[in-house]
Amino acid sequence: MPRLTFVSPDGNETTVEASTGDSVMQAALAGNVDGIVAECGGAMMCATCHVYVADDWAPKTGTPSDGERAMLDFAASEVKPTSRLSCQIAITDELDGLTVHLPDAQI
Amino acid sequence: MTLQRVVIVGGGHGGFQMAASLRADGFAGEILLVSDEPGLPYQRPPLSKAFLKHGDAARLDLRPSKFFDDNTISLMPQTRVTGIDPDGKHITTGDGKTIGYDHLVLATGSRNARPPIANLDLRNVLSLRNLADASELRTRLSAARHVLVVGGGFIGMEFAAVAPGLGVNATVIEGAERLMSRAVSDTMSAHFLMSHQGWGTSVRLGQFVSELLDDGAGNVAGARLADGTDIAGDIVLIAAGVVPNSELAAEAGLAVSDGIDVDDLLCTSDPNISALGDCCNFPDPLSGRRVRLESVQAATDHARTISKRLTGKPVPYAAVPWFWSDQGDLKLQIAGLGAGADEHVAHKPEKGGLAVLSFSSGRLVSVETVDSASTHMTARKLLASGRIVSKPELAAVNYNLVDYARAV
Repeated sequence: MPRLTFVSPDGNETTVEASTGDSVMQAALAGNVDGIVAECGGAMMCATCHVYVADDWAPKTGTPSDGERAMLDFAASEVKPTSRLSCQIAITDELDGLTVHLPDAQI
Repeated sequence: MTLQRVVIVGGGHGGFQMAASLRADGFAGEILLVSDEPGLPYQRPPLSKAFLKHGDAARLDLRPSKFFDDNTISLMPQTRVTGIDPDGKHITTGDGKTIGYDHLVLATGSRNARPPIANLDLRNVLSLRNLADASELRTRLSAARHVLVVGGGFIGMEFAAVAPGLGVNATVIEGAERLMSRAVSDTMSAHFLMSHQGWGTSVRLGQFVSELLDDGAGNVAGARLADGTDIAGDIVLIAAGVVPNSELAAEAGLAVSDGIDVDDLLCTSDPNISALGDCCNFPDPLSGRRVRLESVQAATDHARTISKRLTGKPVPYAAVPWFWSDQGDLKLQIAGLGAGADEHVAHKPEKGGLAVLSFSSGRLVSVETVDSASTHMTARKLLASGRIVSKPELAAVNYNLVDYARAV
């Protein structure tokens, strides 16, 4: 099972085991990671599962779709080039070890 | 007065958010979350969409059990509340226990309406509300070929859109002259009608079902319409709207009309009892009209408002309503309430997208979009700002909201 690490704004790290096929958002909720709200459950309606993908992982997680980009524009925290909605990153074996950073706020 | 114990009745999105927000806002007392369903609180929107395909209930949990432990939220599943004593400040459960409260939150939701149709008790007449309903529907679909959907609202049309992928044909029978007539404009109804017909769904508008037909062995075999036409089907999905679960409140003497009446702080007529979500009606901050909404957004934003009040920072409810419905490859998004609108303008904001702007006395009140997330999010922001966005101003930018927002 791929392992994912979430880094909170204060530097705390939480590592969870994830199932391939799930999204990074689902893995965060299942792993009880604080800082992912996921209000709409992955319907791309809310921008409350915002993460910053660690620079070295960005090429592997791909780029946001137009719809995701539009939602990110309304995220509660600063949007950076590595910003993604974690519900839109599908977990593959290739993402084993992925690190994402959590923003200051989701709402 | 410090609250020692908050009891929440109902473990849906709103009930869960109530518990989570109280902890996030620093409430240190006891939190009891009472639900008549088994298991952990779960997401409902996927029940009419992705869940029917994957059938994996564990993926629906809003949070794992560890969350409830870590936040000392006492979950009481499979517990039905049978009465409220507002003077004694306690509730009674189905097994005869009484549970005291300092504050009670009613998050009892709604249940499916049973339309006046004969033979609703036949086998394979199903509805879609909770996980048990969705699991049963999913199981029965494996042996079915043709599903009749009674009601062309969100749930009925979301189901119709996934039906072909589940190996069944769907016929939708809707009493109104257009689809989703309670929620969207004529233009949007027409857009979805065309798409559904393209996906192979048969849609009968302006038709009422008078009775369901018996195959002779107690199974449903189809439906008879009011004009005498018979349509065959081996499953009938009743998706004809909901009724708010407000009986407990009414029996306790709380003010109830279309659901439980609450004020702009989501407080009922009893200062020790709040209500949220589908089961309550509240003053819409924009129009002042009393509304009752059936959406995840209303339930969770109501919960946040109540939590702020209970933790000593009361702020009147002011959230802009938003809704979504995924049907086939179309994503319908709605910001604001179009019910009081007297004028609608349709335009195409970007390639393939559609937006319908609705105005009340010349003021923008609601925006429906398909496949235009930027227009939707801009609408949410503009409506939340309190700014009066007028029709002439928007006409000057060809009704392109994104352009308008950029310029102001």
